[in-house]
Amino acid sequence: MSEKHIDEATGTATTGHVWDGIRELDTPMPRWWVWVFIATVVWAAVYVVLYPAIPGLTSNTKGTLGWSSRGDVREQFETAKAAQATFRDRIAAASFDEIIAQDDLFQFAVSAGRSAFQVNCIQCHGTGAAGGPGFPNLQDDEWIWGGTIDDIAFTITHGIRNGGDEARDALMPSFGADELLDAASIENVSAYVLSLSGGAVEKGDATAGQTVFADNCASCHGENAEGLPEMGAPALNNAVWLYGGSQAELIAQINKPRHGVMPAWGPRLGDVTVKELATYVYSLGGAAR
Amino acid sequence: MTKISHVGLLAVATFGALVLAGLSPDPLFRLHFGLITAVLLLGTVVAMRFATVAPKAKPVAKTRDGDVEYMDEVIRYGTIATLLWGIAGFLIGVIVAAQLTWPALFNFEPFFTFGRMRPLHTSAVIFAFGGNALLATSFYCVQRTSRARLFGGDLAWFVFWGYQLFIVMAATGYLLGITQGKEYAEPEWYVDLWLTVVWVAYLVVFLGTILMRREPHIYVANWFYLAMIITIAMLHLVNNAAIPISFLATKSVPVWAGVQDALTQWWYGHNAVGFFLTAGFLGMMYYFVPKQAERPVYSYRLSIAHFWSLIFLYIWAGPHHLHYTALPDWAQTLGMVFSIMLWMPSWGGMINGLMTLNGAWDKVRTDPIIRMFVIALAFYGMSTFEGPMMSIKAVNSLSHYTDWTIGHVHSGALGWVGMVSFASLYYMVPKLWGRPRLYSLRMINWHFWLATVGIVIYAAALWVSGITQGLMWREYDAQGYLVYSFVESVAVLHPYYIARTIAGLLYLAGAIIMLVNVVQTIRGKERQEVPMGSPVLAAA
Repeated sequence: MSEKHIDEATGTATTGHVWDGIRELDTPMPRWWVWVFIATVVWAAVYVVLYPAIPGLTSNTKGTLGWSSRGDVREQFETAKAAQATFRDRIAAASFDEIIAQDDLFQFAVSAGRSAFQVNCIQCHGTGAAGGPGFPNLQDDEWIWGGTIDDIAFTITHGIRNGGDEARDALMPSFGADELLDAASIENVSAYVLSLSGGAVEKGDATAGQTVFADNCASCHGENAEGLPEMGAPALNNAVWLYGGSQAELIAQINKPRHGVMPAWGPRLGDVTVKELATYVYSLGGAAR
Repeated sequence: MTKISHVGLLAVATFGALVLAGLSPDPLFRLHFGLITAVLLLGTVVAMRFATVAPKAKPVAKTRDGDVEYMDEVIRYGTIATLLWGIAGFLIGVIVAAQLTWPALFNFEPFFTFGRMRPLHTSAVIFAFGGNALLATSFYCVQRTSRARLFGGDLAWFVFWGYQLFIVMAATGYLLGITQGKEYAEPEWYVDLWLTVVWVAYLVVFLGTILMRREPHIYVANWFYLAMIITIAMLHLVNNAAIPISFLATKSVPVWAGVQDALTQWWYGHNAVGFFLTAGFLGMMYYFVPKQAERPVYSYRLSIAHFWSLIFLYIWAGPHHLHYTALPDWAQTLGMVFSIMLWMPSWGGMINGLMTLNGAWDKVRTDPIIRMFVIALAFYGMSTFEGPMMSIKAVNSLSHYTDWTIGHVHSGALGWVGMVSFASLYYMVPKLWGRPRLYSLRMINWHFWLATVGIVIYAAALWVSGITQGLMWREYDAQGYLVYSFVESVAVLHPYYIARTIAGLLYLAGAIIMLVNVVQTIRGKERQEVPMGSPVLAAA
């Protein structure tokens, strides 16, 4: 159908086309629409001249500003590195005592260490370094492999039980699985160990357990169960437990101990970052002062 | 009534799928084709139940215009399919939102993990809900604006059922873990091939109907639908170009590699939004808004200008999905400037839609369908402004990879695509089933408000969470070190994810109200209620 027609409500002529009763007004395009469209096209044309844009067969136009995203990133990296270079040089040269003694250096090392910690360490030790089952809490003063800042730096550099030459390494025997102790002795020694920190003893004879402990455990964990960092043997006379503190969990650990592993971060992160990480962990407050 | 020949074809297809399943050494392929066999077998049995060899009985309701008899039964099926797939897609959306909020609670290994449910959600809403809405409304619009019956006879039925089979194949594949890992193009090669066949049939039906038209000109809605059909065919073929490792295995290797693959993928991905979700639904808008408002289209000239500028510019904008990646700078620049130039061409559709209501603005008060069209166009305008803005590299450096992007997509999907589809369906349903009116206008109003409040909560929550993420990721301390770890930026989002889940529930609730309304309308029920905008209610 095709018939010219004036729309009553708007007073505008229609195009004369009709489809299923739908007509079209012959309204001109809104001027602002046309002008904004033209403006975006002009803006695009200018932008294309200023920045890399038009591809050719082997290369592309580079833009009159000479900007490139890679160049931009390189520049930002270099600026950031330059800003940190003095501090990082000072950290590389300083001992931990010197780092701790100088406020600005200490602040910088803690920031840098925290940043590295959040990328590399939180997966196991948690965002707040509070650890979790199987992964030690780094906030408290309980240290399996030694709590001085030098011990911490050594552990970070070489890691634990990762097969490396200098890695921290020691294994507790599987007293149950390898039948070094019978089930009753294990129950008794677990009762004894729990009683040291006032834990809930459900079965076993703690007094009998004390003998078992002296004969089998004291050589690593110490006569009073105070622990031996050189052997990676944790203190057992407090209520801090890596693999859980119920009697069942203790028995499981004596039967067939789990052994945590930590990568050697030295080769991956470099000495300066390791120093920064150790300083950060020290700053959490649990390290030996 | 089904023809006996259709039953035969279905039976042959069932047998074929079973043979493929039997021959394959790939367990996933066997499982997937086993499922497809089961679906086809069910279809065969159902078809047999209704098959008849007697002369075709006259259908009950026939829509005629002069001597043209429209083919509306397939549209009725399409309408129902749109609604049911829509509710399924929204429900899966709520589930994945809950999975993100409470990952430990809603993790169902292995078939319903987030990684498999997420493509199930996106495909269900885009292709199953959106696709069926486009099929149904395009068939409705093209017949009436061309004054011609759908071209190709039963081919339209093939398109409909073939498309449903595509959806089932895609969805079951995702849950089995079969994917080629391309966003919005996850189905593997054999599903892609099947969709190609169906889509070409769709093109034949649609274009054939236009060629058979008894009007001198092609109506603007049909330009948009046709642009959608042709471009989607092109995008689908190029992006899914892959070589299967065996014709009896699920896996294929894409012909594109590296950054070229990424660029092809986002050329596809962006234009799935541009042509499927924008051009197609603009076609819907151009027919149903003037019909519901009973007003002429605002400006013929604007429709020409914005159609051609939109079609030309959209196809180049894809690289903005790859800002600050290995994609060369020149391609990023072009992606950005084409996105900026796309702003006004996109808004042309909003202007033409809204200004068509000139002389009918009073209906916003009394007609909730018009109200839905208005909010759809408003969200269309909002998200087609937000899109070009987010394509600006400086903005993108904050917004990219954050929830802001997901929020942006949803104000387009829930606000524009969803609302314009609901409104168009509400328009079509009484006419398709020959009812004097819908069961209830007030239920549409409820649907309108539930959906609108849902969208607003959704968009606002994800704006906040997205910008929070973006700012946390780039927060440096005085010493030049990053302040937050990634996981801290995840933990802080929890409340916004709860809000998003609630927003999704509201949107889903609206769709369920719509289903009830439509079913009651089909059953011929009419709810007695106080008319919309009635002063009686206002006083009370």
